[in-house]
Amino acid sequence: MEKLLEIENLCTNADDKQILKGLDLSINSGEIHVIMGPNGAGKSTLANVIFNNSAYTKTSGTIKFNGEDITNLKTNEIAKKGIFMSFQTPEEISGISTLNFIKTAKNKIEGKTIYLPDLKKEIENDMSELGMKSELLHRDLNVGFSGGEKKKNEILQMLVLKPKLAILDETDSGLDVDAIRTVSKGIEMFKNDENAVLIITHSTKILESLKVDLVHILVDGKIVYTGTSELAKEIETNGYSKFKEGA
Amino acid sequence: MPKTQIEDLNTNIYDFKNEDNFEFKIQKGLTKDIVEEISRQKNEPEWVLEIRLKALEMYNKLDMPTWGPDLSELNMDEIATYVKPKSKLNSDWNDVPEEIKNTFDKLGIPQAERQYLAGVGAQYDSEVVYHSIKEELLKQGVIYTDFDSAIKQYPEIIKEYFSKCVPISDHKFIALHYAVFSGGSFVYVPKNVKLEMPLQSYFRLNSPESGQFEHTLIIVDEGASLHFIEGCSAPKYNKVNLHAGCVELFVKENGYLRYSTIENWSKNMMNLNTKKAIIEKNGKVDWVSGSFGSHISMLYPMSILKGDNSQTEFTGISFAGAGQNLDTGFKVVHMGKNTSSVVSSKSISKSGGISTYRSLVSILPNATGSKCSVSCDGLMLDSNSRSDTIPVNNVENDETEFSHEARVGKISEKAIFYLMTHGLTEADAKAMIVRGFANPVSKELPMEYAVEMNRLINLELEGGIG
Ligand SMILES: Nc1ncnc2c1ncn2[C@@H]1O[C@H](COP(=O)(O)OP(=O)(O)OP(=O)(O)O)[C@@H](O)[C@H]1O
Ligand SMILES: [Mg+2]
Repeated sequence: MEKLLEIENLCTNADDKQILKGLDLSINSGEIHVIMGPNGAGKSTLANVIFNNSAYTKTSGTIKFNGEDITNLKTNEIAKKGIFMSFQTPEEISGISTLNFIKTAKNKIEGKTIYLPDLKKEIENDMSELGMKSELLHRDLNVGFSGGEKKKNEILQMLVLKPKLAILDETDSGLDVDAIRTVSKGIEMFKNDENAVLIITHSTKILESLKVDLVHILVDGKIVYTGTSELAKEIETNGYSKFKEGA
Repeated sequence: MPKTQIEDLNTNIYDFKNEDNFEFKIQKGLTKDIVEEISRQKNEPEWVLEIRLKALEMYNKLDMPTWGPDLSELNMDEIATYVKPKSKLNSDWNDVPEEIKNTFDKLGIPQAERQYLAGVGAQYDSEVVYHSIKEELLKQGVIYTDFDSAIKQYPEIIKEYFSKCVPISDHKFIALHYAVFSGGSFVYVPKNVKLEMPLQSYFRLNSPESGQFEHTLIIVDEGASLHFIEGCSAPKYNKVNLHAGCVELFVKENGYLRYSTIENWSKNMMNLNTKKAIIEKNGKVDWVSGSFGSHISMLYPMSILKGDNSQTEFTGISFAGAGQNLDTGFKVVHMGKNTSSVVSSKSISKSGGISTYRSLVSILPNATGSKCSVSCDGLMLDSNSRSDTIPVNNVENDETEFSHEARVGKISEKAIFYLMTHGLTEADAKAMIVRGFANPVSKELPMEYAVEMNRLINLELEGGIG
């Protein structure tokens, strides 16, 4: 198993406020990792900082992907290296159809123009697996989509773009039971020995059918504890108080 | 970036300039002698000269606008108001002199005519050099000709309608227009004749330190229907050029007119254009307008909903980049009962550009049962650009529905980031957001023009055109 993502001693600020405070994380290809942590701990920040979002300043630390230092690469370059992120709140873009958006993303990431009818067929297959109506393709990206449709749309993009590492930031929140299962199924469809998934979540529902390798507890900008999938269940019953005191 | 190179190439499509080769260029300035000389050059009837001289007097009396962009850079003493190209009026592209024909070839006009237009007019500086219309339309009684010929061939109609929609005294620059107007198109669509394909007039100003003052008059008779497309462009010079055209539209009972404009002026242009439509009972006028380029624009198309149940829609977009002040908007007067207007205006500003949406909605006491909805959106691509909305609404009547929405905001950093996480560069991400923003307008244009508009948007984003 190769090291895919390696984060060392990552510290970041936003608006002069320190959010990540020396975070370490390492993910190998073939693995599924989970991050849990209280609201405001810095989970979404971590996902954003991996993508070098300019709203955050890194004060120390390095991020390596496939052995290459990507700490200061541009966001789109990081995407092209093979990292994908499913947003906690996906953006709505008026006037651009979902199909046009996915097509553009695919072409940019692959660095070549893919024959549209083939791509469209693939997208429509994935959509039917995810129980999505194909008319969504012709609507403006996420505009007027229900919460669940937006989240499934993110999973659809993951399936089409085929990254090496997919970071899913609370893709399960706001979804009904069936939709959560569909998202899990999407992750299973995506997952293979070469890629990895990092799931940020508050619930264990999405994990039920997945083979989770490690669960990390993120409190106050740091990973304070790492355990196996049992840990997620324990958190669900007992909460974070034990870890907060330790932090 | 290879992209930039492609865009630079595109720039040339508009920015190439021909030598200032003319048959006659009037001396700069604006005097009675000059106006008389223009009239002589055009060999026009006496009554037209009388209007010109009356307009000149009006121009001298009227004050500069006390609102809007600063026009002090405009010095009429430095502008030649009439430039006669080295070409007569032709009805075959092959007869148009090489250099001028090349200009319109580059702008894609002859191709467009072959592919999807029912007729074409092409003006170069002050005179129309080409005009043609499909044979079968002539048989149906459609008239589409240059304005000078119309004055000579249809004096009765012209006398009846000319300056009756936009009066000489409307404002200072319309008075200027009537004093020195030259070129433009005249269209008459007879009763119940519906044109399937559009007519297009293209206005190209090539000569430096000069002005273009074309007059377009369109009459859509009862039950008739027309789509008219107007295109404008000019290469860039260091000194000020002036465009003060006038468009008068008359739509009779049950008539329909769609008036589409794509203008892309160079950034030394003062564009002070006036367009107005008078719409009779059950008639409808739809305006679609893409305003690009120019140093300063003051452009407020207007619909007068005169007849009961008459309607109008306006869909417009403007893009102000560095050094540009685009003051645009729409005016509508509801006179008839149950009249309706829908206004959707978008503006984009970038690199210190200023976009102002200025509107007038007037619902008169008799216009009961009328509806008006206005929505305007301003998108600023950076924090040194400006976007303002200045609406004036006079609703003199309780039995109407009126709504006004304005949204002005900076381009969303979050949306840019979202797109960048999907492999788009920052420039690509912005372009995608802007194209999406402009989409409601491009959707209203024929496909070829929508493509053209997207290309103009990309050019503006690159900071292209001069
Ligand atoms: N761009 C920003 N500017 C200022 N503060 C920020 C910014 N982004 C995040 N923060 C702050 O950093 C902290 C961590 O936020 P983050 O969104 O990473 O939390 P989270 O762990 O994802 O929480 P949740 O479980 O609620 O999604 C919060 O206090 C938040 O307000
Ligand atoms: Mg979060």
